[in-house]
Amino acid sequence: MLDTVAVPDRLDATFAALADPTRRAILGRLARGEATVLAIAQPFAMSQPAVSRHLKVLEAAGLVERRVEGNTRPCRIAPAGLKEINRWLAALRTSLEANYRRLDELLAEQTQKEEEQKNDQDDA
Amino acid sequence: MTKMTLETEGDRQVVVTRRFAAPPEAVWNAHTDPNLITRWLLGPDGWSMPVCIVEPHPGGKIRYEWSDGAGNGFYLTGEFVELNRPNRIVHIERMHLPDPTPDNRVETEFRPDDGGTLMVMRMTLPDADTRAAMLGSGMEHGMEASYERLEAMLEPQRA
Repeated sequence: MLDTVAVPDRLDATFAALADPTRRAILGRLARGEATVLAIAQPFAMSQPAVSRHLKVLEAAGLVERRVEGNTRPCRIAPAGLKEINRWLAALRTSLEANYRRLDELLAEQTQKEEEQKNDQDDA
Repeated sequence: MTKMTLETEGDRQVVVTRRFAAPPEAVWNAHTDPNLITRWLLGPDGWSMPVCIVEPHPGGKIRYEWSDGAGNGFYLTGEFVELNRPNRIVHIERMHLPDPTPDNRVETEFRPDDGGTLMVMRMTLPDADTRAAMLGSGMEHGMEASYERLEAMLEPQRA
């Protein structure tokens, strides 16, 4: 039921980026603050090019942004990417709420029908 | 008066609560009778459910097919595990998009509540990653800011 929310195209890239545990770990690291590729690579026992490839995916998904500082390009979590995820969560809520509003109407209709039947029986 | 709450619990659960102004028996019927389900379990406006198969007994099958009327659609399959009319349903479900998502175990309780019903729906995903993917937030540790915003968003509606 949760998945009845239509996922915008851009979010496909976001979810694909998030599907990889290493990329999630990288984001976990970046959540603690801005970091260089070297600093990110350290705890993962991964080569810098491998980390760079993951960062490119995260960047393309709008989850990470980089800036230039001298010879380094520190990375940080992109607030816009998070906003998009929050919008999706809001859409999920909206979808469930739409379901339950319809259910409210259905239940009200049934309650009314039952009462009418009961009144008919009382009249008979 | 009937506000919904949606919260995460522990690593792999999502809990949705909602109050309805009808007794548990009526809410139960709306969750188990295809003629009723197809009138409300539709997600965003504009979608319909052309196929709705529900066999409300342990081991019984569930199949919902949704369509937007413009060629887009997806479906859900599931199995009932436990039914205790009119208070409790346990079932397993998965979406097909078209690849199946990991199994979601859903316990739905309809508690009598002042003439109405308090529904408590607890979804348990196989692991934290799956729940994160479902909620669209894959960062167990990095999503604090996002969760805080989510909480802020939910807060006014919890009152």
